[in-house]
Amino acid sequence: MSQSALHPAADQATRLLGLWDLMLWVCAGMYVLVIAFLAWAIWRRRRAAYLIEPEVMVSDPGLERALGGWAVLIVVGLIVLTTASFLTDRALATPGERPLKIKVTGQQWWWRVEYQDGPVERWVETANEIRLPLGRPAEIELASDDVIHSFWIPNLAGKTDLIPGRTNRMAITPRRAGRFRGQCAEFCGFQHAHMALDVTVEPEAAFEAWRARQLAPAAAPADPQRAYGQQVFQAKACAMCHAIAGTQAGSRNGPDLTHVASRRTLAAGALPYSKGALAGWIANPQALKPGTNMPAVRLSADEQAALVAYLDGLK
Amino acid sequence: MSAVPMPPADAEARAAAKLAETWGDRPGVWGWLTTVDHKRIARRYLVTTFVFFGLAGILALLMRLQLARPEGRLLSPDRYNELFTVHGSTMMFIFAVPVMEAVALYLVPLMVGARNIAFPRLNAYSYYMYLGGALTLWVAFFLNIGPDIGWFGYTPLSGPEYSPGKRADIWAQMITFTEVAALAVSVSIVTTILRMRAPGMTLARMPLFVWAMLVTAFMTIFALPSVMLVTSMLISDRLMGTHFFNYAEGGDVVLFQHLFWFFGHPEVYIIFIPALGFVSAITETFARRPVVGHTFMVLALVAIGFLAFGLWVHHMFATGLPKLGNSFYTSASMAIALPSGVQIFCWIATIWAGRPIFKTPMLWVIGFIVTFVIGGLTGVMVASAPLDLQLHDTYFVVAHFHYVLIGGAVFPLFGAFQYWFPKFTGRVLSETLGRWQFWLIFLGFQLTFFPMHLLGLNGMPRRVYTYPAGLGWEPYNLAATIGAFTIAAGAVIFVVNVVLALRRPADAPANPWDAPGLEWAVASPPPAYNFVDTPAVSSRTPLWEDRTSLPVMGGLATDYREIVVTSPVEAEPGNRQDSPDPTIWPFLAALATTVLFIGSIFSEWALVWGAIPLAIALTGWFWPKRTGPGGAPE
Repeated sequence: MSQSALHPAADQATRLLGLWDLMLWVCAGMYVLVIAFLAWAIWRRRRAAYLIEPEVMVSDPGLERALGGWAVLIVVGLIVLTTASFLTDRALATPGERPLKIKVTGQQWWWRVEYQDGPVERWVETANEIRLPLGRPAEIELASDDVIHSFWIPNLAGKTDLIPGRTNRMAITPRRAGRFRGQCAEFCGFQHAHMALDVTVEPEAAFEAWRARQLAPAAAPADPQRAYGQQVFQAKACAMCHAIAGTQAGSRNGPDLTHVASRRTLAAGALPYSKGALAGWIANPQALKPGTNMPAVRLSADEQAALVAYLDGLK
Repeated sequence: MSAVPMPPADAEARAAAKLAETWGDRPGVWGWLTTVDHKRIARRYLVTTFVFFGLAGILALLMRLQLARPEGRLLSPDRYNELFTVHGSTMMFIFAVPVMEAVALYLVPLMVGARNIAFPRLNAYSYYMYLGGALTLWVAFFLNIGPDIGWFGYTPLSGPEYSPGKRADIWAQMITFTEVAALAVSVSIVTTILRMRAPGMTLARMPLFVWAMLVTAFMTIFALPSVMLVTSMLISDRLMGTHFFNYAEGGDVVLFQHLFWFFGHPEVYIIFIPALGFVSAITETFARRPVVGHTFMVLALVAIGFLAFGLWVHHMFATGLPKLGNSFYTSASMAIALPSGVQIFCWIATIWAGRPIFKTPMLWVIGFIVTFVIGGLTGVMVASAPLDLQLHDTYFVVAHFHYVLIGGAVFPLFGAFQYWFPKFTGRVLSETLGRWQFWLIFLGFQLTFFPMHLLGLNGMPRRVYTYPAGLGWEPYNLAATIGAFTIAAGAVIFVVNVVLALRRPADAPANPWDAPGLEWAVASPPPAYNFVDTPAVSSRTPLWEDRTSLPVMGGLATDYREIVVTSPVEAEPGNRQDSPDPTIWPFLAALATTVLFIGSIFSEWALVWGAIPLAIALTGWFWPKRTGPGGAPE
């Protein structure tokens, strides 16, 4: 898993890395010039050992000409960099063909991800994970329900803020398959540190297979314990916030749990998914992610075990 | 004509005694509270700012301990958020801006040959307001109601819905306090520089530090109202239910960012430009020649002052503003590299063309150039609207602005402290300890902040209280923590150096460095009246001009506080004016304002009832003084 702007896997991040390389070389060249001049000034044999009599009547026509040359060099450098920056900006703004529309909504402290591609009955909702088909441009619509967040997957593209009352858009065209990590980049309160995104770029066939699985309603409970778990889910506070497609639970306050057990992380990347992690998370969310809006719900040991078994079956 | 540094003649000794009586303060606590002497107020500012610098530095060490390893458990997220908010707010509002003003308050009147600062009572008031703001923040922090919204306090996170309690109000009101103080100081500095310069000190002969402070003070006057406005709007959203930033009621959350950064970007230069003045003064003295390209230096300062107001949007490239507009701010932000680059060239050229001696202040100048230029170049990188989308809000930016603010402002400040310490206290700091301090802080700084560039490029965002293992961030974070403690060791040596120096007798000569400025013409530390006779200036480097004597202009009263007012450009003497006496009213007015400001955190009625004691205090302050003929007190 990678979270780095230096290893691009999409057109946008590749272009930005190219701009970074240009900037780095131009700036490094300027820096070497400055330091060389400074070193020369210090080590040329004019150093004094004590406070000598100052020179007052001095004129430096040579130095002022050199200053002019230096100023011209700076201006040329700045023009090159500004132009390169402008061209990159324009390239990033070019929309791709047949874009996959995804709406991402930031909430304290998790991501709602809605695939709004094709007819409405093909729309899919998940949370804290994004899957992208290789080579197909994605158009991501960014919104927020509470405070400002920022959507950032450094391997794929630069960040864009999610601002309440506004809608932003950005494009990502993935070119390399792999698993990447994204993270909220705008300070959004208590658990800003634990607001991560699990990102997978995969061939289009694999992506479509995943989408088909996500489209299916939740798996029916396979055994009595899980059936009991479903009852617990609906009778206790869980259903106040979470939705599970195909059941009566339909609240949209928290992440959609229809296929929660198919995800690789829990609580927006706070911990990797496992049945044990899920049990720990439900038992005491505040210990794992202090300040999270998920409350600890009082459950008996039986209820707890049944609920975990039920949710763990939602592949 | 009087002789400096020859012993004063008899008549002059009598005049000096009389002046000491006229300009001196009463002894004891009453004198402490009523003084309007710019040097006493400035020393107070200096001590207070450095105390808070140390405290905010301790917060930084705690944060570095938390981040030394992944999944750190030292601090809770709540505490960590408080720490970085109080660290940033203290460094910006309670340390960096006021400390630069403090140095200026002490030096500008001496550098321009004045007896006191203009509006000395306002200046006294400003200190108490500043102290009120600093204490508000830190007392709240120790009571565990310190702000936790970042030093920038973006809405809606800082708004009524997502920041219940009083934490955000304390942050907002601390800003009002410190900005009232900074505005008061700036007005005094502008007036002192433009109307109280010694006869003959035309604008063209004005020292570069004074130029830097003139630009800074003007910038302060234009930039600070914006932040006071935005924090007042925030308080009114929180306290009175206005909807300036509530998008559901027609408000706009991004408006907050525009108003904040319209102040916030010039703020960086308000901290940085005085430091450019320090560097020019130190370089001139220790390179033993005037700065190369004086005129270009002045033009560069003024250009930075103007450009700084045209690039606030580069803090907001990720908010999705129109791309063409962003390009304008990219160009403006990059353009500021030109005046900065010109200044760097001029300093190096001065060293090149001079016969430099590398005393400790000069080491800080070298450290400044080596470090600040990196910060300037990374500034060019983050100025690019598209590239900033990768760099913004990551550790790259943390590295960038610490290179600019520590390398660009704190390094010159330490150099300035070493350089002017004899003038402040009458004692010279130890060179040996000064060098230890320099090398520890310089190397510790690079170890702390250089790896942060790589952290940012490798995807680590700012303001996270912890991070997972396995993303390759561990070695950089560990290096940064080790570096931070190296800096702390340097800071301890600095404190030891100051304490040891203060325990020695005050025997520094008037001009230990054989420097050219007027501040070195008076004793170290200067008497309450600064100059026995007003100097008359005919050059940019007056003390290097005629090595045995300094021309003066006599004729000012010695039996009451009188100053000479000169013209803004040519500094021709215009008229004489009396300068305010010590008084308790600024202290009382600051107390009344403090009650009003603190009260308004809790109730809007504090504005109404709090105005009454304030009005009484201001009436007492401005009560007309009877004057006799010629302006002499009756």
